[in-house]
Amino acid sequence: MRRFNYIDLVLWLFRIGIIGVVLWGMTGKFILGIGNDYTISDWLDFFVSGLSQGSLYALIALGYTMVYGVLFMINFAHGEFFMAGAMTSTVLVALPLENAGYVERFPWLSLLAIFLSAVLTSVLVAVLTERIAYRPLRNAPRLVPLITAIGASFFWQYYFRGLFGSSLLPFPEFPMFDGKIAFWGLDFQKADIAVILTSLVVMFGLQQFVQRTKTGRAIRAVAENKDAATLMGIDVNRTITITFIVGASMAGVAGVLYSIVFRQLNFVMGFIPGIKAFTAAVLGGIGSIPGAALGGLFLGIIEAIGPPLFLEGLGVAGSHQLKDVIAFTMLVLVLIFRPQGIIGERLAEKKA
Amino acid sequence: MNEELRGTIKTGLIAGVVTLSLGMIGILVAFNKRFIVTDAVTLADLLLFGMAVIAGYLGASSLKEHSMGRRLLHGGLAGMLAAVPTFLLILLTLVWEGIRDSFINVEPALVSLLTLDNENVVVGGILLIVVFGVLGLVGVGYAQLPVRFRRPISMSLAWTIGSGVMSDILIGILRPRMSNDTLRSLFGSTGLQPVPFVVLFVLLTAVFFWWQQGGQTRYQTLRQNFTPRQQKSSRRVSISLLVIFLLILPSLLGVYLSEIFNEIGRFVLMGLGLNIAIGLAGLLDLGYVTNFAVGAYIMALLTSSSQFGPENPWSFWLAVPICVVAAMFTGFILALPVLKMRGDYLAIATLGFGEIIRVLARSDALKPVIGGAQGILQIPAAQIGGFMAQVMGYILNPINNLLSRFELGILATNSNGDIVFGNPPQLYYLFILASLLMLFISRRLNNSRTGRRWMAIREDEDVAAAMGINTTNAKVLAFTLSAASGGLAGAIFAAKLGSIFPSSFELLISINVLALIIVGGLGSIPGVIVGAFALVGIPQLLSEFAEFRLLLYGIALIGMMLVRPEGLWPSEVHRREIHSHGEDETAVPVSVKP
Repeated sequence: MRRFNYIDLVLWLFRIGIIGVVLWGMTGKFILGIGNDYTISDWLDFFVSGLSQGSLYALIALGYTMVYGVLFMINFAHGEFFMAGAMTSTVLVALPLENAGYVERFPWLSLLAIFLSAVLTSVLVAVLTERIAYRPLRNAPRLVPLITAIGASFFWQYYFRGLFGSSLLPFPEFPMFDGKIAFWGLDFQKADIAVILTSLVVMFGLQQFVQRTKTGRAIRAVAENKDAATLMGIDVNRTITITFIVGASMAGVAGVLYSIVFRQLNFVMGFIPGIKAFTAAVLGGIGSIPGAALGGLFLGIIEAIGPPLFLEGLGVAGSHQLKDVIAFTMLVLVLIFRPQGIIGERLAEKKA
Repeated sequence: MNEELRGTIKTGLIAGVVTLSLGMIGILVAFNKRFIVTDAVTLADLLLFGMAVIAGYLGASSLKEHSMGRRLLHGGLAGMLAAVPTFLLILLTLVWEGIRDSFINVEPALVSLLTLDNENVVVGGILLIVVFGVLGLVGVGYAQLPVRFRRPISMSLAWTIGSGVMSDILIGILRPRMSNDTLRSLFGSTGLQPVPFVVLFVLLTAVFFWWQQGGQTRYQTLRQNFTPRQQKSSRRVSISLLVIFLLILPSLLGVYLSEIFNEIGRFVLMGLGLNIAIGLAGLLDLGYVTNFAVGAYIMALLTSSSQFGPENPWSFWLAVPICVVAAMFTGFILALPVLKMRGDYLAIATLGFGEIIRVLARSDALKPVIGGAQGILQIPAAQIGGFMAQVMGYILNPINNLLSRFELGILATNSNGDIVFGNPPQLYYLFILASLLMLFISRRLNNSRTGRRWMAIREDEDVAAAMGINTTNAKVLAFTLSAASGGLAGAIFAAKLGSIFPSSFELLISINVLALIIVGGLGSIPGVIVGAFALVGIPQLLSEFAEFRLLLYGIALIGMMLVRPEGLWPSEVHRREIHSHGEDETAVPVSVKP
């Protein structure tokens, strides 16, 4: 046992401080009634939009977590895979299809084409990144791939800026995602519901893939022990590439879903969602697939209801601007206090 | 298809895809405006045709034992293949009218560059393939040269091209000191004139060849034969020459170049600070911008005469120590929670801190205190007044009178007898003073007991702890001291701009500083300066580069890690480490074990 030193004291103060802020904010909100007055349906709105945002984070987080599982590295460029898919499919498929009138006439087919092209681009970018920036450095010290990953992230951002320009791109409007839908007398944005459902289906499919197929088993074996996996006749390099491909496909799907919800794209769009998805992955226990899904949903919801729940009560002006602060504070808190994540995953023990 | 042919085809096509990318993201068109040889060769030509030469070189040198004929064949093939993807792009522009709506940089200028200005683009494209094939042969020829010729040629080519690219600066420096006619015979509007280019190239090749063939050894034996007294005095002479040079530099450079030097100085300051955390202690801190922001905001809050400043604004000199201490305090506070983390988790956590600070700085929540997105205005420039200025005036004015005969000068008093650090040449002295101070401190730290403690932690934290090093305290100290330099940079930055906005404190600053440390060499003090010149100076000098700066940083980070992980100017310790591992170049100082 280590002696209790001043660092521990500071960490305890930090914990108490955060809990204090949250409690004080909630007291201000509910007992003193500071800030806007929200009805139940407002809260539900926050919740559902948080859930849809969270499913996006979850989809991106899956890529982080899978790559971390097999390589023990933070793939900092993962947000860029997401951006690459969304931008390319918008510029090269969605907008031409819209101009030709196909989006109106065959919305589902166009959507399929957009998804396919996004996934393809994301996968291409991911495979290139892995081949050039990560594979040659597989045996280098841990920080080296992190540095190349940061490099790759900036490279792709500005590469796509060069290709498609730096202006905001509009994503075409799809009739089926427009407007609201009523459940139990409550209205929900159709786009939100579509995002939540799609990502649930995709995540379920991924879980089945990893648990049931031979390739999935190979991925799990490589995550467990690379040398032993090699001895069992698994091609480790190939498996790692497949992991990147699977993760990037999720990012591609997330890219299109993001475009459907926000309908505006830019070359920096991948950065913040990328970091938040990483937060989600750590939150759920990095290396764990269900953990990433839960972490994403949790982060999305906290981000959506946090500002009205405990920041407004503090009398903070423009509390919605501090959405990102909540996410990053969560990130720092998890890294400090529970690096193994909420659920706690075996992989985290090896590393923490 | 045999193995070697497949390899050559792969090389050629990769070079082709790179060439295509250069074109499609707009680098070629942007670089086509900068001449290296006036009205003849632009930077874009160099890149474009350079790719063909490289493809040919790689295509030929991957072959093992082969006849000259086979080599030429492979090199030529690789060169031609390097033009094929761009040729496909040209064909695509013919069928797809609206290509520019999607790929904004595929513009007529690019097509005419890629078709060698031919009217008929298909003919032009085929011509490009032929030219690339020929250049591939040139690459083979270069690969065939013995090393003792190859080295001097590539060195002098690099220097000649460099002076061609930097001709704007050379013109700026030479203009006041040279007649217009001489200048025009040397330089065009941009770039070197053809004759001086060739002369310079031949001259430099001869010099490098001589240096390599015996000059270097002769110089070294000369230095070795110095008596200790001679050594001492030669060092003294070179140091005083350096000091004089640094003092008169701004008058030599002029306003524009001084400003670039100030930018470099700002990043040298931050680099020296971050180098303590990353280079010495191995703590990958991605939130370094926090310290810079704290320094700048404290300076603004203490000296601004706007509503955010105090009632009686402080003087710059009193505020500077407060800024540094405040930055150190922030570094200390932010270090405490992250101490137990290692490696990549630490990086992400510090990145999180940096982002929190950025969002807070621009939010409405803190607007009453630090101005939100509108920032803080009316920060006065640093100045020396009163008695101090008078004393300094007595010293400076005679020197200035003497130097003005050579169109040179140093810091001077203004008409009121004050010394104001307002314009770039004056601010230069502030930056150089701060940088020299931090350089001195860094050097002393590097060689100190504390420095060695940090290096031990960098190499292996567990072992360091087992050797009796208090790793907690050492790491806290590293974060705290590394913050000081950032705070100083921020304070000077605020006084320089006169106003600060949250947009100046983006994550990009942290990445920028990280990139320059890595390019220069982790843990190396000269490396910080080299890195700052390469990554901050060059993009500032060449406006075409500015747009692609972060793209180049990305390439630099990946390329350095792959090819030269020890950096351009590695630290002594690190160089020794690499030599003790034999030819193992993959060793990198920041080894953090899982």
